[in-house]
Amino acid sequence: MDEQQKHSSFDELDARIRAARERETEEAGRNNERRNPSQGIGLGMRLSVEFVAGVAVGVGLGYFLDRLIGTAPWLMVLFLLLGGAAGVANAYRAAKGMDASVGLGAAQRRLAERQKDK
Amino acid sequence: MANPIEQFKIKPIIPLEIGGVDVSFTNSAVMMVISVVLITAFLTLSVRSRALVPGRWQSMAEVFYEFIAGMLRDNVGSAGRKYFPFIFSLFMFVMFGNLLGMVPGAFTYTSHVIVTFGMAIVVFTGVTIIGFARHGTHFLRMFFPEGAPIATAVILVPIELISYFSRPFSLAVRLFANMTVGHIILKVLGGFVVTLGGFYVLPGIVPFAFLGAVTVLEFGIALLQAYVFTILSCIYLHDAIHMH
Repeated sequence: MDEQQKHSSFDELDARIRAARERETEEAGRNNERRNPSQGIGLGMRLSVEFVAGVAVGVGLGYFLDRLIGTAPWLMVLFLLLGGAAGVANAYRAAKGMDASVGLGAAQRRLAERQKDK
Repeated sequence: MANPIEQFKIKPIIPLEIGGVDVSFTNSAVMMVISVVLITAFLTLSVRSRALVPGRWQSMAEVFYEFIAGMLRDNVGSAGRKYFPFIFSLFMFVMFGNLLGMVPGAFTYTSHVIVTFGMAIVVFTGVTIIGFARHGTHFLRMFFPEGAPIATAVILVPIELISYFSRPFSLAVRLFANMTVGHIILKVLGGFVVTLGGFYVLPGIVPFAFLGAVTVLEFGIALLQAYVFTILSCIYLHDAIHMH
């Protein structure tokens, strides 16, 4: 009788663990701690790359659009500034340890949630 | 004195030209073929016995499998399982490229920005296509933060778009820069050992000790950068699939 009870409680626990694990997998582990492996020189390199990539993509996009609709050089100037903003935003996110998914506002909110959980 | 960037030179081995385009089989291509052959041999031969209790080689292959499967499960969720073959190939290819580059005299194909950019752009286009296929034009909603005043869309949407387009660049440049810098440092330190050691044995020992330490560090970076490249691909895939 006692033995049987133990067995059933183990089965129950097993089922609960499985359900919890499935739930977590379904939710895609967004709240899982995402380790940030870059430290020191790696972080410095990462920040500079993020910033330069933003500016470079902005300029490239502006240049391409200028060529397309013949408004040189105004779109390139505009996109240089926007690219600078995007680069700063990316570097800020990397420095704050936010995740790399789209949307600064959403990343900020998720970081705040994660810190509250801890 | 050895030139530290000579090691990155691409040399054609079998010169080949198709329609005026140079498609020679180069030393870089040789290393890629070697790496693919090694990966295939490692993965197929190690699991050939299909033992329930894995042997040494089989458990090594299983470690890699479990590692990438776990990474996908944690970062993409169960919907990411069908992209496992791609992510796993990506990881193995980058990792073998980085590690084979550490063999003395070998060429490191991941130290060329066009190679890493090629992989990054495949990930980027693939992820964008998956996003549009799953969500249609709804996918574009991702570029405007929820709850922000509609007037700010003029400036926020272009910034988020540029931020999105800069992904393949930062992904490619990070891997390429880490590998190139590491190999240049190794070569320069090696030059120090030869010149100072030729002068007198004792001063040669100091850079040699340093070179040993940096070599160990480089192995770490080779593994870490393969991991970073793969996990970022997983995060981008997550965006496309779940869109929050």
